[in-house]
Amino acid sequence: MVRMATAAESFVLAIGTKKGLWLATSRDRQEWSLTGPHFLMSEIPSIGIDTREGRTRILVGVRSPHWGPTVAHSDDLGATWTEPEQGAIKFPEDTGAAVERVWQIYPDAESRPGVVWAGAEPISLWKSTDGGEHFELNRGLWDHPHRSEWGAGYGGAAAHSIVVAPSGETVHVAMSTGGVYRSADGGTSWEARNKGISAYFMPDPNPEFGQCVHKIAADAAVEGRLYAQNHHGVYRTDDNADSWNSIAGGLPADFGFVMLTHPRRDGTAWVIPLKADGERIPPDGRLAVHRTDDAGNTWKRLSSGLPEHEYNSVLRDAASVDTAEPAGVYFGTRGGAVYASADEGETFSEVASHLPDVLCVRAAVVAGA
Amino acid sequence: MLLPSVLQPLAGGLSVLTTPADGPVTVASLLDAVASDYAVLGRRLRDETGALRRYVNIYIDGDEVRRLQGLDTEVMPGQEVLVIQSVAGG
Repeated sequence: MVRMATAAESFVLAIGTKKGLWLATSRDRQEWSLTGPHFLMSEIPSIGIDTREGRTRILVGVRSPHWGPTVAHSDDLGATWTEPEQGAIKFPEDTGAAVERVWQIYPDAESRPGVVWAGAEPISLWKSTDGGEHFELNRGLWDHPHRSEWGAGYGGAAAHSIVVAPSGETVHVAMSTGGVYRSADGGTSWEARNKGISAYFMPDPNPEFGQCVHKIAADAAVEGRLYAQNHHGVYRTDDNADSWNSIAGGLPADFGFVMLTHPRRDGTAWVIPLKADGERIPPDGRLAVHRTDDAGNTWKRLSSGLPEHEYNSVLRDAASVDTAEPAGVYFGTRGGAVYASADEGETFSEVASHLPDVLCVRAAVVAGA
Repeated sequence: MLLPSVLQPLAGGLSVLTTPADGPVTVASLLDAVASDYAVLGRRLRDETGALRRYVNIYIDGDEVRRLQGLDTEVMPGQEVLVIQSVAGG
């Protein structure tokens, strides 16, 4: 069933690449119109689409290899962009640190308007209360005693996943490499929460922290349930990350970067497996999304509409869902192809091809456009 | 200070910025003056620690300041300071 946008709304898909941002709009999630590139020759590793307060604000992490990182936002679907004069995100002087790249922009819940979280490299968590125009460093995580032992994944050392529980008190962040950390007090203090997640690449394969988690996402309806795609390993927790259990059975590979969850339905999540750490291609060169509807007990392979052969990988934030019914699923490859599904992954169509490497995609149902 | 074309929109379209000086000033203080007038331009050249961004090169009379005294290098009145992005990227 094709879900059309109402007369007053449309679908927006923001595509962040290594060389700029493209914005796609659609009425039916089948036919798309693209504009771009915005920020040509700057990479766009993070995007947040904030549809709260009756406004659509697109926030982007921008990074030029020459001119550094910044955060910009647009309230008119990309027609104009604003960058705060003094910068939206910068380390306090006493830290002696400088932002290298903004990896994650996460608008908080409807009940907390104006609150936007960000994850950055070096490993750091940030919070804005003015819609992403100014961010403040989370000192609890920055001053964490484990910091000196956190490492850098291939892409850099960053906090790349942020999950805030509906109450706002429980916050999970995931970092590469360091693993999953949880705050039970709204971000004041943090504890490593990686029990059950393997770190096979370390002398102790079951350390308290040091895991290379690639992405975490919260179940839509079951509080305390999260899913994790790890550097080899797919996991679920039902106790707010006190313990994790493998749900990789039924998948063709337990490696990959993507973890998506349904906007409303419990038990539904998507991954895009890659064969292995040492072979970062879709298994057998055949690209497919896998969806579970029972919290990881079983998985369904979904590839209708996807190319027969594909040897590019899909990065951790190069996938997204929208909030429509049925939910849309979107992803882009490092080969510059972008796909959309209007039926939760059952069928895909190509939105764009031959773009630069896709680093991040985010989709939303927005007013107007 | 001569700016590359890609940065000129951040300086109100100017390709050359000048600052009054009675005597020698350091590159750092020159960049402070630039950042005071054009904050975004200032952040493009230096990070929040004050360090020159890795792929930004600043030349004084043909010498790159990293081979001199870095941002403490003194600029004499009338000297040209050239900002060039280094060859990088892919």
